[in-house]
Amino acid sequence: MQKSVFYGALAAAVVFGGAAGAATLDDVKARGNLNCGVSTGLVGFASPDASGNWEGFDVAVCRAVAAAVLGDPQAVEFIPTTGKTRFTALASGEVDMLARNTTWTFSRDTDLKLDFIGVNYYDGQGFMVPKALGVTSAKDLDGATVCIQTGTTTELNLADFFRVNNISYEPVPIETNAEAQQQYLAEACDVYTTDASGLAATRASFESPGDHVILPEIISKEPLGPVVRHGDNEWGDIVRWTLNALISAEELGITSANVGELSSGPTNNPEINRLLGTEGTLGDMIGLDSEWAQRAIMAEGNYGEIFETNIGENTPVGLARGLNAQYTEGGLIYSPPFR
Amino acid sequence: MTDPPRESFRLSMLIYDTRYRSLTIQVVALFAFMLLVAWIISNTVQNLASLGKEVEFGFFSEPASYDINQRLLDYTSRDTHLRASFVGLLNTLVVAVLGCITATIVGVLVGVARLSRNWLIARIMTVYVEMFRNVPVLLWIVFAMAILIESLPSPRAFRGENATQSLILNDSVAITNRGVYVPEALFSRSLGDVRLFGESSLRFDVSLDLIAIIAVLAASIFAFRRIRNWAERVQNETGNRPTTWYFQVAVLVVPIFVLLAALGFHLGKPELKGFNFAGGTHLRNSLIALWIALSLYTAAFIAEIVRGGILAISKGQTEAAGSLGLRPNRIMSLVILPQALRVIIPPLISNYLNLTKNSSLAIAVGYLDITGTLGGITLNQTGRELECLLLLMLIYLCISLTISVFMNIYNKRVALVER
Repeated sequence: MQKSVFYGALAAAVVFGGAAGAATLDDVKARGNLNCGVSTGLVGFASPDASGNWEGFDVAVCRAVAAAVLGDPQAVEFIPTTGKTRFTALASGEVDMLARNTTWTFSRDTDLKLDFIGVNYYDGQGFMVPKALGVTSAKDLDGATVCIQTGTTTELNLADFFRVNNISYEPVPIETNAEAQQQYLAEACDVYTTDASGLAATRASFESPGDHVILPEIISKEPLGPVVRHGDNEWGDIVRWTLNALISAEELGITSANVGELSSGPTNNPEINRLLGTEGTLGDMIGLDSEWAQRAIMAEGNYGEIFETNIGENTPVGLARGLNAQYTEGGLIYSPPFR
Repeated sequence: MTDPPRESFRLSMLIYDTRYRSLTIQVVALFAFMLLVAWIISNTVQNLASLGKEVEFGFFSEPASYDINQRLLDYTSRDTHLRASFVGLLNTLVVAVLGCITATIVGVLVGVARLSRNWLIARIMTVYVEMFRNVPVLLWIVFAMAILIESLPSPRAFRGENATQSLILNDSVAITNRGVYVPEALFSRSLGDVRLFGESSLRFDVSLDLIAIIAVLAASIFAFRRIRNWAERVQNETGNRPTTWYFQVAVLVVPIFVLLAALGFHLGKPELKGFNFAGGTHLRNSLIALWIALSLYTAAFIAEIVRGGILAISKGQTEAAGSLGLRPNRIMSLVILPQALRVIIPPLISNYLNLTKNSSLAIAVGYLDITGTLGGITLNQTGRELECLLLLMLIYLCISLTISVFMNIYNKRVALVER
């Protein structure tokens, strides 16, 4: 199935490549919903719940964009993509944006004709092993069998890490996180490696998460962020500033609880006013109405709320803010000013 | 007498004259078809150019940066994408060749057994054929992999004082859910390798030991045949066949044993070392699952072809052979099958082609064949969809056409010679 989608998308990319280049905003408005490429299922980041509704950290970004553009956070069609199919799906116009723990790299940004519009999660590649193996460092993994999602940057980092440390390994390439989980739990591989956040999310879905440890080594920089097609700058701006609005909202203390109250009239903080549209014309500048940011924040809350409800310390995934705290709290999350 | 009126050619005849009309239509259709192709190509090139992606193959000389687990040639992540594709191509060929051989053997046995007069055997074979023919091969591949992973023990079960599993066949074969480790042939006085194509991406090491073994075996078989022919000649002349079997066995066995002893042949057994078994040859789960599933699936089709071929030979042939006093087994192998081959081989070719093409489903179980390397990771890491896929199609086309050529030559050899 994945294969046919892939080739179909490829054919579409070839035939309609030129046509999909412009005016994504008009397409989305005409269609009445946003096509958002997400992962095939990663607890906390993007996974369907028991009744089939998608939820998660990446999903929330899609919903915020849909709320800003269309006024309805539910007007999103989630399209699961694998590591291999995601860029083709985006390039062909099958999805309007990707929110799928995708690492921002030079060649993807330039050669693949994609635009990364920011970073919503600063990550790094880690290793998970069963506790019973007694491994404490990734450098003890000489000769281990490693499950690795194919078509990812982690595949390349893995090769580099083992080569640089002059130790050997046996790679087992797999397509999706679910397959990796199956092979790892059956002990067909000793180690599973992917982004540390993904490892935490995967471990959270195990029956006994305590039997598995994530090794201390983080072997790469993996800035994850939403992606749009290169060439449609208006659409890129909308997605970029929607993400920034969520980040600024946390910084300014705007939450899903008080956004209604704060936007009912001008407050005495002009930046809040500009962001929420009670002052100035920021919405017009990106081709939206003045309440766009209000709706984006109302959808799933500000950046901090989205983090806490989906992957924060009180969820099964249990990730600390760490690098992903606001810059004021010692993290790297930082939005340019709304002015 | 007058000459009949000379008919001169007029343009309208292209449409109204039935002698020319079909030609006109064909020429027009050809032009339309060429226009369509030209439009598709120019559209593709134009759209790629507007995306800023020109068609170019320079990425092939860049380092691939990824590792491949099953490699028949030396390969590291620093080698080029071309080398990675080459390693993938060999993996495709390995599974295709293994699959075709197994599918043929299983297929012929099942096809014959389905015609058996034994009710139980015939019915079991019917169930097998119908089950495998009517379920998509991708499901069989994934199913085979799931069984291997879930039902076999992990290497950890072999470890420690109270290991729950042990190696079989005199401690030489380990069956785990990461694959089967079998002993490998080692030579303590090896002749070494010859490297073809220097240091290029297509470099290819050929083991001189292997060449020596093949040469000796070929010579042995040649000598074996000479002895048999000699015995036949003597029998034709004198009526007595000289006893040659001990001579023949010696010719077959002694030289190869002498060679193996000279090369210092010994088996390297797999041993548990660290996380995995080390030493021995590692037949990975992905290869085994793919091999089994493709073989059994294709064998079901081959069985039907074989059955059809046998049924196509008239019953009189069996009866005639029987009345000459041949036993049923010999009737099958000497009379029926040689004739049935003529019916069997053409559809058999297309099944070989199908198996080879189906091997591109390998990525479902993480087997890095040419689709997994060139059409998978390389494509994905370089973003060169069109180039990679065009090349991939070309490669499969070449493999398929090569198989067709060889099978057609074989078909000509067994075909009925008509006079």
